[in-house]
Amino acid sequence: MDFSSLSPVAMIVLLIGAATPILLAAIGELVVEKSGVLNLGVEGMMIIGAVCGFVVAVNTDSPMLGLLGAAVGGAVVSMVFAFLTQYLLSNQVATGLALTLFGLGMAALMGRSYNGIRPPRMARLEVEGLSDLPVVGKLFFSHDPVIYLSIALVFAVWYFLNRTRAGLVLRACGENHEAAHSLGYNVQLIRFGAIMFGGACAGLGGAYVSLVRVPQWTEGMTAGVGWIALAIVVFAAWKPWRVILGAYMFGGITILQLSLQALGISISGAYLSMTPYIVTIVVLVIMSADRKKASINAPACLGKSFHASH
Amino acid sequence: MSTLLEINGLSKSYPGVKANDDISFAIQEGEIHALLGENGAGKSTLVKMIYGLVKPDEGQMVLNGAPFAPAKPHAARASGVSMVFQHFSLFEALTVAENITLGMDDAPNRKELSEKIRAVSEDYGLPLDPDRLIGDMSVGERQRVEIIRCLLQNPRLLIMDEPTSVLTPQEVDTLFGTLRKLSANGVAILYISHKLDEILALCDHATILRMGKVVDTCTPKDETAKSLAEMMIGGELEIHAETAFMPGAEALEVKGLTLISADAFGTSLKNVGFTLRKGEVLGIGGVAGNGQDEILAVLSGEAKVGAEMVRLNGEGVGQMGPNERREKGLLSAPEERLGHAAAPMMSLSQNAFLTGRIRKGLAPGGVMKTRKTNRFARDIIEKFDVRTPGIHVAAKALSGGNLQKFVIGREVLQGPEVLVVNQPTWGVDAAAAASIRQALRQLAASGAAVIVISQDLDELMEMSDTFAVLSEGQLSKPQPAEGLTIEEIGLMMGGDLEGTHHAEA
Repeated sequence: MDFSSLSPVAMIVLLIGAATPILLAAIGELVVEKSGVLNLGVEGMMIIGAVCGFVVAVNTDSPMLGLLGAAVGGAVVSMVFAFLTQYLLSNQVATGLALTLFGLGMAALMGRSYNGIRPPRMARLEVEGLSDLPVVGKLFFSHDPVIYLSIALVFAVWYFLNRTRAGLVLRACGENHEAAHSLGYNVQLIRFGAIMFGGACAGLGGAYVSLVRVPQWTEGMTAGVGWIALAIVVFAAWKPWRVILGAYMFGGITILQLSLQALGISISGAYLSMTPYIVTIVVLVIMSADRKKASINAPACLGKSFHASH
Repeated sequence: MSTLLEINGLSKSYPGVKANDDISFAIQEGEIHALLGENGAGKSTLVKMIYGLVKPDEGQMVLNGAPFAPAKPHAARASGVSMVFQHFSLFEALTVAENITLGMDDAPNRKELSEKIRAVSEDYGLPLDPDRLIGDMSVGERQRVEIIRCLLQNPRLLIMDEPTSVLTPQEVDTLFGTLRKLSANGVAILYISHKLDEILALCDHATILRMGKVVDTCTPKDETAKSLAEMMIGGELEIHAETAFMPGAEALEVKGLTLISADAFGTSLKNVGFTLRKGEVLGIGGVAGNGQDEILAVLSGEAKVGAEMVRLNGEGVGQMGPNERREKGLLSAPEERLGHAAAPMMSLSQNAFLTGRIRKGLAPGGVMKTRKTNRFARDIIEKFDVRTPGIHVAAKALSGGNLQKFVIGREVLQGPEVLVVNQPTWGVDAAAAASIRQALRQLAASGAAVIVISQDLDELMEMSDTFAVLSEGQLSKPQPAEGLTIEEIGLMMGGDLEGTHHAEA
């Protein structure tokens, strides 16, 4: 077997690309869950983002406007979820699942006449001099802007949650919504905002798939990435920096198994394709085994409906 | 003294009940004003209106000569009205400083706030570390956080909703000291309670509510506990005669019991041991969060331990689940009424079935006997005076006191050999509490052994034959309850398990 074709640098660049949609969706969902809401509709919001981004980018010939359109698209569908769960008090799990199914269907409808079209290419951010450096240049200075944005977003979320008053209030809603309400905070409004942020992030993640990773439109092209993002939030124990770790680990295993398949290893490709998901499940089980530790980090009101009773 | 807050004809209705009906009274600056009433008398609704959580249907309030109608707690706090809740509005996974920031409208930055917390908390004799997690603190310490949060905003009126229900006697003394200091500094305190001796000891004036109306006002100094209680209940108090304690054979033995708590903020049990005889009522006191929930879980069978750690009539049952233990006569009623003791959305008869199935033979061969189940449920309602339209009402629809009577009644009527109850009268009004205690005493008199876990020391002293204290997961050696003083118990609750040199009976 010839492993020499697996250049570590090239693989890292690939894994970052594979991880970015997951990272974007997961960091958005982390904020949603920190506010106490479980939105299982990540996959649906991503696919809506993918199609909205694609349609806007093709029609305006601008990938940047495409990203913006994707974020808006994701946020708008998430508002349906927010309205149903926060004001009509529908069950979050059922509504989230419905949102995924709705998103997949809606996206297929919106993208019907866009099959087979190529979107405008997103330029890489090249820095004169730095990008040409061996190894370092490839690793740090030759990515597209979304990758830098995704990392910046993780730091911004960390700063917001741990260093700002608004972030503290948001965490308080997820921790004990009755208490937050009795202190005079508008739990529903705060959660509404968090859900919209999550929708916008998922939309961005979807657009990264349709505009950069693949780049074309096909039905169901997010292929379960939204579900992985949900798992990554648990894996990360609701800590922003660990979302990067989780997303990049998943991206790494994905790329590794693809490379191994390309090398023609004698294991069936189907088994290799399974590995990222199997690893995710195994890690989740290990993470959840320590009930004490898991429950400290999980927002105490996660998934519970809040109704202002007084 | 001038009038701080004047309340004129406040009324508030909820579907089916008039929670407050034309309530009027006034609070003077710097006075400690008691609001006295049974559960459901409308105290909570009234203070929620003052604090801006509930809008009154009718009536006005005047604060310092200006009309006062807070639309939100935020507005109330801005006008100088603060409130310490009965169920703390604290966030377990956040630190003291973070919790306090959340309750303030113009919070200073972290460092400044931490210093302020230290300064104010020491001023009032309630020391606090700003960086500790709430989840790691005792209930008494949590209450300090609530009080300090209020004090940092320089309130002119401090509302305290049943502040002592979860404190040790020493903590109550500290709290009263703080409140008197505040009052001397000109802060008025609206003190809500149904504990009469506290009101006698602390308050300058009292307003008594019954069924949503002001029924009386008085100066506690001129009253006795009995006269206050009669104003509150609106009738004569019945005092039941004590039955003599004659312990029989050994019923339950717990030895070397150790359990790692499954809850992140729970308390692990360390080498707990005691023996319980037939006809005995063992009272377990101690501040909440010292292992009460864990002890109940071990005895009920929710948490399994070594088989020989728990022995029922000589047989090791530590490895058995709740149903097997029920079959053998070990029953329990947990603290959390909705969601633990009863399924909220299920009817009373279904709830009766859930624990009564085995001992009452309600489902021979796996098929539910509806008529027999309904008869059992009706029996509970009748014998325990549960006020409800019928057995098909959802458990959730009952008031706390009524559901508690149902939960206790359901276990008592199954004829247990050993019954374990946790906080049997928590949040229950005086009349219902008295009838629950009476039922448990009668059960013991008929030969069953009873364990009562409670934080209400008066209740434990009234009911128990023997008494022990849980402190940080350790149980003191059970002692005869007769002759124990509140001071001795207070020391035990503070963790001094060996410090009391009480004569063995």
